Amino acid sequence: MNIILNGNNKSLQKPSSILDLLKSLELMPETVVVELNTTIIQPNSYDATQFAEGDRVEIIRFVGGG
Amino acid sequence: MLSVNEQTFTFHPGMTIGDVAFINKPTADLFILNGFPVSADTKVQDGDTCTLIQKGVRPSSAEINTLLAARHTPGIQIKIKHATIAILGLGGLGSAVAGAMAKIGIGKMLLSDYDVIEPSNLNRQHYFIDQIGMLKTDALKDNILRMNPSLSLELVKERLTESMLPGLFSDVDVLIECFDDPAMKAATLRSVLTEMKNVAYIGSSGIAGFGNNNKILTRMERPGIYIVGDETSEARPGMGLMAPRVGIAAHHQANQALRIILGADKSRQ
Repeated sequence: MNIILNGNNKSLQKPSSILDLLKSLELMPETVVVELNTTIIQPNSYDATQFAEGDRVEIIRFVGGG
Repeated sequence: MLSVNEQTFTFHPGMTIGDVAFINKPTADLFILNGFPVSADTKVQDGDTCTLIQKGVRPSSAEINTLLAARHTPGIQIKIKHATIAILGLGGLGSAVAGAMAKIGIGKMLLSDYDVIEPSNLNRQHYFIDQIGMLKTDALKDNILRMNPSLSLELVKERLTESMLPGLFSDVDVLIECFDDPAMKAATLRSVLTEMKNVAYIGSSGIAGFGNNNKILTRMERPGIYIVGDETSEARPGMGLMAPRVGIAAHHQANQALRIILGADKSRQ
């Protein structure tokens, strides 16, 4: 399956949730903002939200320090 | 007509700023003509703005506002004076952003932090040794009112959670995220995107260490949504937060807020 992640094509080997994708990218779920097809997804839905072919995903990642 | 310390005063051809001072403020020993210091024998022109100051005597709020308007030009200053910003987190970023915005005469600031000043903060945060143990909100209020006493300040002293943000900050023009914790950084952007549709946002990510100056960028994520930092330099053991690079990022944030306030960059659509 192919999705568009931050403007770039990305192929997923198997059916994946947002949480699966974040794990594969080694991102901590609580430190990112995820937008799926222009909708901001709440963190408590990361596990239940499965990608579909052609989904457009934006992940904005934050690192600590202020 | 002349404007002399915010009062109108009749202009006569040939008069100097020293003549104006002799009548209006004989104790003045610093003469500002249209925003720039001049000598007493400088001739004034009809329509000029004169600010007369006695060194060592604290100027009034009105005099400070006049000086800022002269320095920044009045059309710009009125926009700054009418803007409200929120600064979330008053550490190395937030304390520096607050100082910059105080100095330019921002109208109103909401300052938010639940924490007290610890000795380890002082390598980068704009507090003083004798303020250790104070709430950062209280200490920063004291410090920036010494820079500009005409600011309007609101202090938010409770520990924030994502669900509290819209109720507290939906009415500001620009929200500046200066948290340390990456989870609160993400929560803030999520809240702004979903609940605060009219609030411009300037977040931060990747400001630790002493890496290349020019890797600190202001990136437009989308109109009205900006992120400052190199987006990779995480604060961790071996790469701490230090005043110089944190200061670069803080002043990116402050200038971006100013650009939004003045309409130079896009706010939210």
